Amino acid sequence: MKPTALALSALAGLLPATALLAQDAASCAAGKTLEEGVLTVATGNPAYYPWVIDNAPESGQGYEAAVAYAIAAAMGFDGDHVTWTRTSFDEAIQPGPKDFDINMQQFSITPERQEMVDFSAPYYSSAMAVLTTQAVVDAGAEATLDSLKDLVWGAAAGTTAAPVLEQTIAPAKSPMLYGDNADVTAAMQANQIDAALFDLPTALYLAAVMLENGVVLGQFPAEQAEDPDQFGALMEKGSALKPCVDMAIAAIAEDGTLAGIEAEWLQDATGVPVVQ
Amino acid sequence: MTDKAVPSGPTRRALYEARIRRRSALIATLSTALVLAAIIILVPMAPGWEAVKKSFFNGPVLAKTFPGLLNAFLMDVAIFAWCAPLIAVLALVIALCRDVRAPALFPLRLFGALYTDIFRGLPVVLVIYLIGFGVPGLGLPRPWNSPYIWGSLALILIYSAYVAEVIRSGIESIHQSQRAASASLGMSDADTMRFVILPQALRNVVPSNMNLFIALQKDVALLSFIGPVEIFRQAGVYKSLMANFTPYVGAAVIFLALTIPATRYADYLMARQRRRRG
Repeated sequence: MKPTALALSALAGLLPATALLAQDAASCAAGKTLEEGVLTVATGNPAYYPWVIDNAPESGQGYEAAVAYAIAAAMGFDGDHVTWTRTSFDEAIQPGPKDFDINMQQFSITPERQEMVDFSAPYYSSAMAVLTTQAVVDAGAEATLDSLKDLVWGAAAGTTAAPVLEQTIAPAKSPMLYGDNADVTAAMQANQIDAALFDLPTALYLAAVMLENGVVLGQFPAEQAEDPDQFGALMEKGSALKPCVDMAIAAIAEDGTLAGIEAEWLQDATGVPVVQ
Repeated sequence: MTDKAVPSGPTRRALYEARIRRRSALIATLSTALVLAAIIILVPMAPGWEAVKKSFFNGPVLAKTFPGLLNAFLMDVAIFAWCAPLIAVLALVIALCRDVRAPALFPLRLFGALYTDIFRGLPVVLVIYLIGFGVPGLGLPRPWNSPYIWGSLALILIYSAYVAEVIRSGIESIHQSQRAASASLGMSDADTMRFVILPQALRNVVPSNMNLFIALQKDVALLSFIGPVEIFRQAGVYKSLMANFTPYVGAAVIFLALTIPATRYADYLMARQRRRRG
């Protein structure tokens, strides 16, 4: 278990009364946001399904959009007092003042990143999944490490998928890396790569919508990973808001809001076989 | 009076000039030192300097990523090494196409003109995407759909258009009278081009072409858009894993280590050419 997760459960254990927790979170944020009384949330441009539906986070539709509004509510900001902005990953990590209070775009929490920016407690633990095409499966690819090793791999360069690929699968051929998800699927369509590693919700979306004959061959469940991919909201290094956001996330995890949002927006992935 | 007749040692003028030179050198050194000192003292006084330093000039991050960057740079060098000769050959062919004078071969001229117009007008990235993903998407079997092949082809097509125009300018810089003189000696058009025009034309455009090859060294990095993990992509991976821009600075240093000597060499060639022409 990660220290953050430990802290989270300890916090939840100490304060069983959720209402109390929410109340603390609500008073906590006063005077700590960019604009008094308003929480400015950043997401990607564009923001992708199923994290944000139709690239319109203001609607609260999509997992991260909904979580953002839930966090905001726990911190005492109602829906009208949440504003959205867009940043790239690079803008999120650049030195200097930020133009957002929290930034949510599937940022994986890593110790190296925590040197430079702050992350909230995780709001989602993602399984990693193998995206491939029916043709590759027909050619004999199976959800076993031995079989996966021999495939030609790709991944999106800006994600933690690239190092995870090297560590867990260690493909025989060095993987190709691409600028974004669309380029990865283009390379797969051009038969330049056999398979690519994504977080599970993204893989399911790409297989269903973006990739012709796309298949999610297998998953590496977060519970079984030594170092699971956990998403946290990104904040400026040393942000005064961090304890408040952590408290808010603990509150919505405790009262079941987070699980409800997950059930609503993220597809049930029990059908995807676990990689042996 | 005797020392006037037998000039030994430096003249008064030479002494004066040496003194002026020493003085200029001293002033130049002082002013450079002053500017450097100002930068070194003033920049760190900016309020955000600590954060910038941690993000862009982070020693531990650089130490951790530099070997990986250097390794990825070999990919850039390899791509450059196989692209450069092919560009030179294709560019020469295109340039010659634009210079054919026989009426029956007009389609060749047209082709040359269209080729240079199109490939000089398109953004490099677009051509790399189009050829790197598009052609293999037609259903080529492995290994013929490799991004290395098609990405390199994209670079070759674009750069040969530029180089062809440079070579053409070299060809046109050779005076018409030389063609006339060769003809009067009984040389064919092809021989005139081969033995009279091209040797001079190519020599004249070496410096301009050096510039293009320096640019190519940098544009090789664009191949990373379609998959190959060269230095720019590797730096990007490190950047995103560590949320730190230092790996880009490391990549820049590696690039500069190659491009600065190359640029200086191009300058030297140009200066030498000027001296020759007088």
